[in-house]
Amino acid sequence: MIFADAFAWLLDPVNWSGGKSIPVRVGIHLLYCLGAVLGASLIAVPLGLYVGHTGRGGVVLVGGSNALRALPTLGLVTFLYLIAGGGTVGVLIGLIVLAVPPILAGAYAGIQDVDRGVVDAARGMGMTGSQRLWRVEVPNALPLLVGGLRNATLQVVATASVAAYVGIETLGRPLLDGLRVLDYGQFVGGAILIAVLAVVLDVVLAGVGRLVVPAGLRLSAAPAGRTRSRRTQRGRREEPVPVESGGSTA
Amino acid sequence: MIEFRDVTKRFDDGTTAVNGLDLVVEAGTITVFVGPSGCGKTTSLRMVNRMIDPTSGTVLVDGEDVLGVDPPTLRRGIGYVIQQAGLFPHRTVLDNVATVPLLTGWTRRKARQRAAELLELVGLPAELGHRYPVQLSGGQQQRVGVARALAADPPVLLMDEPFSAVDPVVREGLQDELLRLQAELDKTIVFVTHDIDEAVRIGDKVAVMRTGGFLAQYAPPAELLTRPADDFVAGFVGKDRGYRSLSFVDSSGVEVAEVATVAEGSASESSPDWRLVVDADKRPQGWVAPDGSVVPGGSLYEVGASIRGALDAALSSPSGLGVVVDAGGHLAGVVTARQVLDVIESRRG
Ligand SMILES: Nc1ncnc2c1ncn2[C@@H]1O[C@H](COP(=O)(O)OP(=O)(O)OP(=O)(O)O)[C@@H](O)[C@H]1O
Ligand SMILES: [Mg+2]
Repeated sequence: MIFADAFAWLLDPVNWSGGKSIPVRVGIHLLYCLGAVLGASLIAVPLGLYVGHTGRGGVVLVGGSNALRALPTLGLVTFLYLIAGGGTVGVLIGLIVLAVPPILAGAYAGIQDVDRGVVDAARGMGMTGSQRLWRVEVPNALPLLVGGLRNATLQVVATASVAAYVGIETLGRPLLDGLRVLDYGQFVGGAILIAVLAVVLDVVLAGVGRLVVPAGLRLSAAPAGRTRSRRTQRGRREEPVPVESGGSTA
Repeated sequence: MIEFRDVTKRFDDGTTAVNGLDLVVEAGTITVFVGPSGCGKTTSLRMVNRMIDPTSGTVLVDGEDVLGVDPPTLRRGIGYVIQQAGLFPHRTVLDNVATVPLLTGWTRRKARQRAAELLELVGLPAELGHRYPVQLSGGQQQRVGVARALAADPPVLLMDEPFSAVDPVVREGLQDELLRLQAELDKTIVFVTHDIDEAVRIGDKVAVMRTGGFLAQYAPPAELLTRPADDFVAGFVGKDRGYRSLSFVDSSGVEVAEVATVAEGSASESSPDWRLVVDADKRPQGWVAPDGSVVPGGSLYEVGASIRGALDAALSSPSGLGVVVDAGGHLAGVVTARQVLDVIESRRG
């Protein structure tokens, strides 16, 4: 019956108009997610590329991002909300902190993952460091990079709900309200909205991935299978590859 | 010309990969670095294009100390081919080959045009240019690797085990191709391998290296086989080096004798002698044994090739008579192993 209640809540016209309507909450939820993923990308992508490219600081990076991941998000958001004195900034920072590790891992692992022979050939052909990064390493890192963005987005979409605790009208609101007044229809309806949003965003990003990943890489990924390459990526994040240091010069 | 002057490379962890290497690679020749795994071949090679810098000593390319040239500039002027080709998976074959011309500022059109020429030069069909590396066989990838290294027409080519990842038949084809290209292009080539047969086959000179980064012997292949400097080199070049050294002995003095033939398809009456079956063009097709049965022939020896081929033709022939053919594959006569050995003996003086 809960699902019937949920659909009743979802379809109730009352919930589709006004300042606390579903569209408004979806919009706010999306804005926070977008802001968080963008903000996190601005920090994590350059950092991941730099560390992956130079091989310097890989250990620090992985340890740091694991530590970040261990932070309890709800506590962090509340804490930041309190010290930021209310408003959106604290929430946004909390979500950014949450989104940084997966993106960082994707960018770093993406670069590290590029075949050593390919990187060696790029150097040997006479590419400078930045030519090698932009013409060889980044294009080859795109599958994992996009994978990191997708992971971050999923997490942020799910977690942006907690912003409701500090009074922001995200899709967490129906969850909280529903729970408080024991209106399970509203609670499940809100959960469904979050899930749908997450799936839609993931599909969109998967499409973007298909557009930006070079054809030659998609061809090579095809026989191995999609699921396998994603598992590899996850495994790598848990167990970072140590950075090899050679005695060679750049 | 490439010159190593007392070059030593010690890595940070204390490994001495190359130890006081003194060696000159003549312009327009293929020099092969060969030796057991870890003896410092790759390290030596990579000091030429500054992928690695020496701890001490000097590497000169055409008289110029490479340390005086900044690495990207230096490398664009030196072709570099590595094991597994190292092709860029995200670029088409054509764009892979065009890499260095594009880096040196050619227009994309001109670079692609040049790339297409190079594919043809290394014996690849033009259609392959639009494929991605993953869509090529290992042998094709290696050819693309060679084409890519040659794209900017560098005078020097460094090749690090370029053919080691392909099967022996393909490898031999690639070696022949390299020799053909070299006859045409006249590059200064340094070629690394751990396969002594490959070294002897393609090298004008061979540098045998020993673990610890020492040069054990630097000599033309024939000399390596006949006069190895020490037990290490003798052991490394292998047991049948005496036989293989015949590859470098010409066959002048070997008398070619006539042989009884029968036309292919004609009825065979019995005869006390072996007779050679030939087709209408006088190409050998096998032997008729004294009992009248037809047996396949042995290896053919083409006039003018090394004496090793003549001996092998005789040894592999069911009749004991090695079949000699001219460049067109037509029968020229036969030789016996005894005759060939006599010639070899007499050469020893
Ligand atoms: N970056 C490095 N740091 C430390 N030691 C190294 C490094 N590169 C190579 N070595 C060591 O130097 C020695 C020579 O290595 P090198 O790669 O030149 O050997 P190689 O003759 O090419 O061997 P292989 O046939 O296996 O390719 C080896 O003992 C190797 O372990
Ligand atoms: Mg090597």
